[in-house]
Amino acid sequence: MAEIRLQTPLSDESIEKLHIGDKVLLSGVIYTARDAAHKRLVELIKDNKPLPIDIKGQVIYYVGPAPAKPGYAIGPAGPTTSYRMDPYATILHEHGLKASIGKGNRGPEVIEALKKYKGVYLAATGGVAALIAKTIKKAEIVAYEDLGAEAIRRLEVSDFPCIVANDCYGGDLFQEGVKKYRID
Amino acid sequence: MREVSAKKIEEAVREMCMDANYNLGEDVVECIKKAKDREDSPTGKAILEDILKNIEIGKNEKLAICQDTGFSVYFVELGEEVKIVDGHYMDAFTEGTRRGYKDGYLRKSIVDDPVISRINTKDNTPPIVYTDIVPGDKIKITMAPKGGGAENMSEVRMLTAAHGIEGVKKFVIERVEKSGGNPCPPVVVGVGIGGTFEKCAMLAKRALFRYPIGSHHPDKKFAEVEEELLEKVNNLGIGPMGLGGRTTALAVHIETFPCHIATMPAAVNINCHAARHKTRVI
Repeated sequence: MAEIRLQTPLSDESIEKLHIGDKVLLSGVIYTARDAAHKRLVELIKDNKPLPIDIKGQVIYYVGPAPAKPGYAIGPAGPTTSYRMDPYATILHEHGLKASIGKGNRGPEVIEALKKYKGVYLAATGGVAALIAKTIKKAEIVAYEDLGAEAIRRLEVSDFPCIVANDCYGGDLFQEGVKKYRID
Repeated sequence: MREVSAKKIEEAVREMCMDANYNLGEDVVECIKKAKDREDSPTGKAILEDILKNIEIGKNEKLAICQDTGFSVYFVELGEEVKIVDGHYMDAFTEGTRRGYKDGYLRKSIVDDPVISRINTKDNTPPIVYTDIVPGDKIKITMAPKGGGAENMSEVRMLTAAHGIEGVKKFVIERVEKSGGNPCPPVVVGVGIGGTFEKCAMLAKRALFRYPIGSHHPDKKFAEVEEELLEKVNNLGIGPMGLGGRTTALAVHIETFPCHIATMPAAVNINCHAARHKTRVI
């Protein structure tokens, strides 16, 4: 299992180097968005209006963090389930998004979009929110403050741990992994 | 009658919200440790190691182990000789939840109406409180923060007697298989069989909070089904976080209740590996 250090923003070349099962340590700026923020972002795109963040080359982390205790950059912040964002993923990749981070598998339309627009889906471990929060050095709300935990945050991360679950070649670690350990 | 102050209940509820979210039960921790030792998949093992590290951080730094600090669900056994004074019973749960989630830096995950406006209530209220009146003068409260991801993978099915126990097994395995990595495996599978439509869902929910985890239904027939289902579910290969491995579930708990001659409802309620719940007696 290769371990790859990645710096955001991501280029097509850096995406091409990633294969399912690779362990990635991500550093740089990433953005948070989950259900409600995705709904708003995609409505803006459909209305030809500018987005509150530039998503070209960027990474979206599906997370709604808990509030930060004093002295902490952010509260516990593990991934939420990704399939709920499937209906929004294709259009965001079409507009330049390079990667998303979440938990659970993606639908066929997202796997297609990753091939077509050169992107990856990174799986983070759900329920290890306090551990993941330690890799987030800075967090600020940049849009939709009214959504509370669901607001869009700009995060600065250092060695954020994740695994390539879907690459730009159509690979799916969920299918491959389960096949390997299934006993019929 | 024994008088119990609503303020006392409120304070207990406040503390339990934090305790449940910071400190995973020792029985669950031990169960995850054993699963880690057994796990063949290197990725699966690494995930289980991270889960254990995270549990330590939560305990040591008083942090929520998962950002999804859930819907606050309470199961209460209220002694019939208890008289609540200095306030109202339900207000104690609402206020205790509000204060616990605020003071504990826990996420507020509840929206007001479920479909049209979906505006966050910003204090994680209202809580869900199920009360059984029992003999005695004590109040036994179990608090469980129930995460949304695993709840979404749950289902009630109106089976009939013709489906038999094989039909129930098929339903449970199918439900876990379809859930894949979504509910944060290794999961706890709560199964309710019997009762009415809503009663069997309640049985499945209660099954999740059986203590200690992995203990069995008192009837040997169902205890054997629990064992068999755990093995079959783990043979699915879903593994930790759905990335493949031997540990898909930590336990399968079945709760049963008599049912109508025409029916055989079954329910599957799934809990993530952060199987959080705390109990206190006042």
